Amino acid sequence: MTDWSTFFAMGGYAAYVWPAYVISVVSLLAIAIASWNWMTRAERLASASKSAEGPTPETKL
Amino acid sequence: MPVLAYANPERFARLASSLTPWFLGSAIGLLLAGLFLGLFMAPPDYQQGDAARIMYVHVPAAWMSMFVYGCMALASAAAFIWKHPLADVAAKASAPVGCIFTALALITGMLWGKPMWGAWWVWDARLTSVLILFFMYLGYIVLWSAIEDPARAARAARILALVGAINIPIIKFSVDWWNTLHQGATVFRTDGPSITSSMLIPLLVMAVAYNVLYAALLLIRMRAEIAERRLRSIRLGLEFEPK
Amino acid sequence: MRTFFALIRRDVTLGIRASGGAALSAAFFALIVVLAPLGLGPDMATLKSASPGLFWIAALLATLLGLERIVQPDVEDGTLDLMRLSPLPLEFMALAKIIAHWLTSGLIITLLAPVLAPLLNLSLDAVPVLALSLLVGTPALSAIGAAAAALGASVQRGGMVLALLALPLNIPFLIFGSTAVAQAQTNTDPTQALTLLGACSLIAVVVGSIAAATSMRLNDD
Repeated sequence: MTDWSTFFAMGGYAAYVWPAYVISVVSLLAIAIASWNWMTRAERLASASKSAEGPTPETKL
Repeated sequence: MPVLAYANPERFARLASSLTPWFLGSAIGLLLAGLFLGLFMAPPDYQQGDAARIMYVHVPAAWMSMFVYGCMALASAAAFIWKHPLADVAAKASAPVGCIFTALALITGMLWGKPMWGAWWVWDARLTSVLILFFMYLGYIVLWSAIEDPARAARAARILALVGAINIPIIKFSVDWWNTLHQGATVFRTDGPSITSSMLIPLLVMAVAYNVLYAALLLIRMRAEIAERRLRSIRLGLEFEPK
Repeated sequence: MRTFFALIRRDVTLGIRASGGAALSAAFFALIVVLAPLGLGPDMATLKSASPGLFWIAALLATLLGLERIVQPDVEDGTLDLMRLSPLPLEFMALAKIIAHWLTSGLIITLLAPVLAPLLNLSLDAVPVLALSLLVGTPALSAIGAAAAALGASVQRGGMVLALLALPLNIPFLIFGSTAVAQAQTNTDPTQALTLLGACSLIAVVVGSIAAATSMRLNDD
């Protein structure tokens, strides 16, 4: 395994390779996290509203 | 048909809940493996050097951009023909993910192009087709949010996805044709480096990783969509509840 | 059949009178042709090589401008509901609307372009091909536009949405049309480009009519 500075230099192409990888990982993480938050929030609200139904239903939130 | 057994959104949501951790976990694992293979283990290309490593994030993104649109088109067709209730949900949930893959294909393509061809952007057939696909995704997403009534939006989006799908071969053909006509003296090697197995394996691992990630995100987003619809119908039910 | 022609006649009349109608398409087309040299510089050689694409882009944008009047007004005043009750299938209604729209935009552009050709120094040999390519291609632009307009009919201020929907689908026509003209200018045979243009145009008119009709049915909740 070559040393770290050689690895980071990516044969001189570091300015291209690293942004490509970082942008890819960050973008996919971003949509994953956003989707996850959307889902948990929506599911939480939906089950909370459902349990709020009863003889005297009231609209939650 | 087993598919119809999951036409009930609640049943599907429960199935999706149990599947999500597996898909998400596999996606993360495969991604880490692919990144490791692509950045560390794969050899530099004899012509392009380490810049060829961009291929491991560019090509899978490009493949997914087209695959996801295909899924959207299939889902839209299923909604149209069989009126499967979750088909529209699947298409709607897929669109932003496909859009991001498309954007990544474009961005990583530009980052690969600059050191290789000396230009940030070239109007070669593949990049141009992907750019057009990006606009098609945008139009689809905008249409969903532009129409207020969800049922109508679903029907409109269906038509757009199907018309778009019919058009994709025509657009692809016309762009290829346009590109070969205008080929300059230099021929850009748009295929990237010639693939040896030490490069093929990281590429395939990343491709599978992206695929599994799409599946995971699809499940998550469909669950969110289903929950929102349940919420909407609960609220509507409560509004019209006789006092 | 009478309904078919009556609808064409009605839409053409409306198209001529309406503010977003025939006059606007013609004016916008001419405007782009006039602005191009101001933007690109007066060098005739540059303009000559750019002219095929410029004429076609101008045609595209001029068509885009008039899309909202195809369906939106009929939705708003309830005419669409009346049309749906007619014995004539909605697909033919859509085709009639496409023809009417073309008569008030594409046809005018086709007639105007040869007149404006000298402005961009388009070579004389290419002018007939320009006219032919526009004649064959603009119906497709109207058809795709009609389908997009029907999809976005209920959207408030939907102009941007229409453009976004129609744009990717219009690209093959831009490519084939402008290439045919460019080929004519360089004494290459434009037959292949024109044939492809014609074939795709035919497909577009058929698919566009069906898509527009299907989308018009969406307006019934």
